[in-house]
Amino acid sequence: MLNIKDLHVSIEGKKILNGLNLSINKGEVHALMGPNGSGKSTLSYFLSGKDGYEIEKGSIDYNGKNLLDLEVDERANEGLFLAFQYPMEIPGVQTSFFLKTAINSKRKHQGLPEIDALEFAKLIKSQAQELDISSDMLRRDLNVNYSGGEKKKQEILQMSLLNPAMSILDETDSGLDIDALRIVSEGVNKLRNKDNSFLVITHYQRLLNYIKPDYVHIIADGKIVKSGDFSLALELEEKGYEEISKTAQ
Amino acid sequence: MAATEQTIKQVNKLGNSDYKYGFSTDVDDIKPPKGLNEDIVKYISSQKNEPEWMLDWRLKAFSVFNKMPKPDWAKLDIPDIDFQDYYYYSSPKSLKDKPKSLDEIDPEILKTYEKLGIPIKEQEKLAGVAVDVVFDSVSVATTYKKQLSELGIIFCSISEATKNHPELVKKYLGSVIPIADHSFAALNSAVFTDGSFVYIPEGVRCPVELSTYFRINAMNTGQFERTLIIADKNSYVSYLEGCTAPMRDESQLHAANVELVALENAEIKYSTVQNWYPGDSEGKGGIYNFVTKRGACRGNNSKISWTQVETGSAITWKYPSCILQGDNSKGEFYSVAITNNRQQADTGTKMIHIGKNTSSKIISKGISAGKANNTYRGLVNIQSKASNSRNFTQCDSLLIGNECGAHTVPYIESSNSDSMVEHEATTSKINEEQLFYCMQRGLNSEDAVGLIVNGFCKEVLQHLPMEFAVEAQKLVAISLEGSVG
Ligand SMILES: Nc1ncnc2c1ncn2[C@@H]1O[C@H](COP(=O)(O)OP(=O)(O)O)[C@@H](O)[C@H]1O
Ligand SMILES: [Mg+2]
Repeated sequence: MLNIKDLHVSIEGKKILNGLNLSINKGEVHALMGPNGSGKSTLSYFLSGKDGYEIEKGSIDYNGKNLLDLEVDERANEGLFLAFQYPMEIPGVQTSFFLKTAINSKRKHQGLPEIDALEFAKLIKSQAQELDISSDMLRRDLNVNYSGGEKKKQEILQMSLLNPAMSILDETDSGLDIDALRIVSEGVNKLRNKDNSFLVITHYQRLLNYIKPDYVHIIADGKIVKSGDFSLALELEEKGYEEISKTAQ
Repeated sequence: MAATEQTIKQVNKLGNSDYKYGFSTDVDDIKPPKGLNEDIVKYISSQKNEPEWMLDWRLKAFSVFNKMPKPDWAKLDIPDIDFQDYYYYSSPKSLKDKPKSLDEIDPEILKTYEKLGIPIKEQEKLAGVAVDVVFDSVSVATTYKKQLSELGIIFCSISEATKNHPELVKKYLGSVIPIADHSFAALNSAVFTDGSFVYIPEGVRCPVELSTYFRINAMNTGQFERTLIIADKNSYVSYLEGCTAPMRDESQLHAANVELVALENAEIKYSTVQNWYPGDSEGKGGIYNFVTKRGACRGNNSKISWTQVETGSAITWKYPSCILQGDNSKGEFYSVAITNNRQQADTGTKMIHIGKNTSSKIISKGISAGKANNTYRGLVNIQSKASNSRNFTQCDSLLIGNECGAHTVPYIESSNSDSMVEHEATTSKINEEQLFYCMQRGLNSEDAVGLIVNGFCKEVLQHLPMEFAVEAQKLVAISLEGSVG
């Protein structure tokens, strides 16, 4: 699905990613953990195609394609989804309208006609209900005056509606209370199947109790310093980043 | 609206250099020679079989025009206009004998409307919309007339009104925009060719949106409509105006005058979607749009509301205004002005508070892209007797790219101390993070810009009648095509 080799990326001359290797197969859930400023968001933005980054070295293969050849929207329509750490507010744009536009962009890419209004209404109603998002919320402007938790749920709603092949969740758990955390995790688990993959970025082992990862990676200073299974997350919780990074070197 | 959507889709496929309505219709014209002189004024009047009083009014306006300097205070780079280089009258030949019904209309003309997305035959069936269509200078079809006339509503061309309702025309024509107001007002008064006339009798709420599509077709024809809307006591009307023009290399002149009169307790809502040809990306061609729109809230508790979406024209120079004479009267101005490439827009409003407890609200959204310039110019004038009056003004500008400009020029004159004027203004660049977010959800860059800009304009667009709002949203997106790399 996604194969990142020896990735070196800088922003405004500042080196952020420093020889990062990561390979994610179909059907796998990978957790990426690391201290603040280690380059987690940079990796997710860079994979999504955001402007302003310079690649110095490395390659990224996505489903047999060179990911770097694709524009932001092409990557998205090819099934790459980023749940933002800080979702953007779009004033004046009704949430449901935005969702419909996004669904239709993908359908257009797939050569399908626009979604039928009734079908859309049904789809969005059922998906929103599962995430405990009210229909009143869907009539409001996208993310405007949403609470932190509501924004994160909105990201998961978008993910569910777009049904991506490769989802990157950038600290989706931060700022969630325990109920929201459970709802969000259930949303992710429901989507999991043998054909799609997840990269779950988090600080806390807590989330991984709900979303059981197949692999856990620890990132420090822009590269992965240690990989393992779920037990690595527990070890990390116990020892802390510094200790683990040290032993890895 | 299905036809409109289809047209828009087709145009989307063509890419950004293609103006949606850039075709012209092959019909034989009847035209006097080019140029502006007394004979042309007489010619127009005689073509329309006008009464003597109307010809006299035109000739008076023409002599006033000749004596006036042209306005030069707007922030526009206006090429010298050679008034002698235009045709002042053009009428498709087949309209010489006016059609009795739609079936008698030149099929070429009907096709033009189909291409514009307003098949007239469909429109007639489309519930709730009555259309008066102006093709160049002559009204070709007026639908819904019968239903409206049963309510005593008069909705016809201004030429017909001159003949059939001279008392109303004499009383109100030029009563809001005096001939000598400025040179384009005088020019329009001398050579206006057609336009709409609406009269809503006392106590009547017009049950449908009245709508006129204007279209400039003939080459080098200046178009001078004259529209007059009168809402008698306790009445209500919502009027829609849509404009398109074919693509021509030569720039064309458009100088319309629109007068609204609201008597006691009456309300007029006037909505415009203007997408005249803006010229090409180098600034070649396009319509010069110098329009005077003014409404008088003459009666107590009357209300006039202007909503405009300006996406077209090479140059737009336009200030729909309200004269708040009646006590407790209200004026509103909601505007979206989009300029791309080398377009120039100088638009805004004037709110003149004369009566007591009058209030006005101005919401202006200006969007500039490419090398375009967009200026909001507005006047709030509160006169000494207008005690306890209020104005709220909000002007927001959005810039797309680094080569465009946005300017806000508010003039506030208050001679009354218990009145209150509030002004807020913002200028921002389109937010790259928002664009990235939308594109991460699969929207291409143009759709993303369209979405964000539509969101920025929402406060204005929501004041448009439903059918128009949908079209306006698409226009907003189309007019910004090619604005991001
Ligand atoms: N636009 C930027 N310009 C300069 N430095 C940046 C920019 N974005 C991120 N950085 C820096 O890159 C490093 C990694 O940031 P980030 O990827 O956000 O870390 P994480 O998500 O792991 O907390 C930090 O030191 C941060 O300050
Ligand atoms: Mg981060």
